[in-house]
Amino acid sequence: MTMPYYVAPEQVMKDRAEYAQKGIARGRSLVAALYGTGVLIVAENPSRTLHKISEIYDRVAFAGAGRYNEFDQLRVAGVRHADTKGFTYSREDVDARSLANLYAQFLGQVFTHEMKPLEVEILVAELDADGDEHQLYHIAYDGTVVDEVDFTVLGGDSATIIERLSSSYRGGWPLAEAVRNCVAALAGPDRTLAPADLEAAVLEQGNGRRTFRRLSNKDLEQLLGPAAAAVSGTSSHDGQEGQLVRAADEPAPAGGADQQPEPARDDPPTGG
Amino acid sequence: MGSDDAAIAFAPMSLPLFPAGADPGPSFLDMLRRVSVPDEGRSETRRAGSVGHERTVSGTAVQTGNAHMAGVAHGTTIVALRFGGGVVVAGDRRATEGYSIAHRGIEKVFPADRFSAVGIAGAAGPAIDMVRLFQTQLEHYEKVEGLTLSLEGKANQLAQMVRANLPMAMEGLGVVPLFAGYDTRRRLGRIFSYDLAGGRYEELEYHATGSGGRDARTTVKLGYRDGLDSHEAVELAVKALYQAADEDSATGGPDPLRGIYPVVAVVDQDGYQRLPDEDVAERFTALLTTLERPGRGARS
Repeated sequence: MTMPYYVAPEQVMKDRAEYAQKGIARGRSLVAALYGTGVLIVAENPSRTLHKISEIYDRVAFAGAGRYNEFDQLRVAGVRHADTKGFTYSREDVDARSLANLYAQFLGQVFTHEMKPLEVEILVAELDADGDEHQLYHIAYDGTVVDEVDFTVLGGDSATIIERLSSSYRGGWPLAEAVRNCVAALAGPDRTLAPADLEAAVLEQGNGRRTFRRLSNKDLEQLLGPAAAAVSGTSSHDGQEGQLVRAADEPAPAGGADQQPEPARDDPPTGG
Repeated sequence: MGSDDAAIAFAPMSLPLFPAGADPGPSFLDMLRRVSVPDEGRSETRRAGSVGHERTVSGTAVQTGNAHMAGVAHGTTIVALRFGGGVVVAGDRRATEGYSIAHRGIEKVFPADRFSAVGIAGAAGPAIDMVRLFQTQLEHYEKVEGLTLSLEGKANQLAQMVRANLPMAMEGLGVVPLFAGYDTRRRLGRIFSYDLAGGRYEELEYHATGSGGRDARTTVKLGYRDGLDSHEAVELAVKALYQAADEDSATGGPDPLRGIYPVVAVVDQDGYQRLPDEDVAERFTALLTTLERPGRGARS
């Protein structure tokens, strides 16, 4: 006769959490931080086509760390939700908070009811249309939502990166300084990350209706400054971090200068 | 991922996740069909359209412009022409209900996305709805896939939407769009015209649609030549709209009294750009001075 075995719920949850954390820790981290005119998201990602950072809607961006297939499915669901909502109601009615709650609901549901939790951490960011109350929602594998202020870190080594970034973070800093510090925090004292190892994007006012803009390798080279450009070919270079962090007083290069001009009237037609 | 079966009907505002076998991919339309959006009329129409309606266009000869229903606003003339580096799309601002003017300032030329424009003639309500759906579809595809559709792909998408509208067209609510854009792969401007049944035809030089379309086409025809520059193309489009308004009562001309001028947009390698009203006004003023022939209304 077999005995139905009993596992304490605490143990089940602990095992699942451990499993998810391990999975997430295998991936590389990403940082999101507010800067003077928007939200910056930087990820360590050598792939140029498999993105960790994406556009969800006019003012909403998504970023994921952990298992690519899992967070990409969530990304697509987010795009679908936002587009449906914007189409049914109005473009203004699409917001990050409700999307973050939906993600949290789903992740929480999977965490408690499915065999395998999702090995992802995701970020939903929203650019405030008229002000600087930008929002950063950090959603963990178990559905915990944190409304972050200033900056947040997703992925494996987040504790150390947070520590590094909190010492350098300065409210309202220009984009170049933000990029340099975020990259330095991601890299740590022993490494230098070249533009080719990074994926970065901003939500930025002045880009027209769609505020999401990817930063190309060229943009990154410019923003990271000559020090980084010099080492971008070589793999390791140390002793630069201090200078990189401090030498950041010039204003951000004109963000959208080389962008395609945005359609003059890009709003969907109304009435008539 | 966590989904039990393919037959889940999603509430409109829940997270739209689909099982691997039933994923709608980058199609916003397919996704809408699966997510129950509170718009029964739309899905009904589309279903009827996709199944294949029994009546045909040739059988009943419905034409936009003469099948005006009482109380339904109709939009009128759109003209598009190619020039060396792209296309010009222009549309007047009038909507009519039968013999009266419904709106003087309606806009009928829209950016479909960064590199294309869509102009609409026909029943204004369904047409504007179609444009909204089309814009959303193009952006949706771009975001889901991480790539933009080719210009031809966009034109085909629009054809499907026009075809889906066929049952409504049979009721007199036809929509005839004109699609034009800059093909970033071929590096040239292209124009696509449509018929009520969703037929899609590429136009090599120019096209105009709507009740004043014929007059506009003739005007463009007389002034068109290969290798126009964008300035000349805009001038010709403005002239065509003026002549259409001169001949067709449903097409609105420039309205300096209210400051309402046709929408003129240029799509080239820099994307969609709508000309500022002052610019268009200036061109109309210039055109009018060349056409001025006072005294023609006098009796003796």
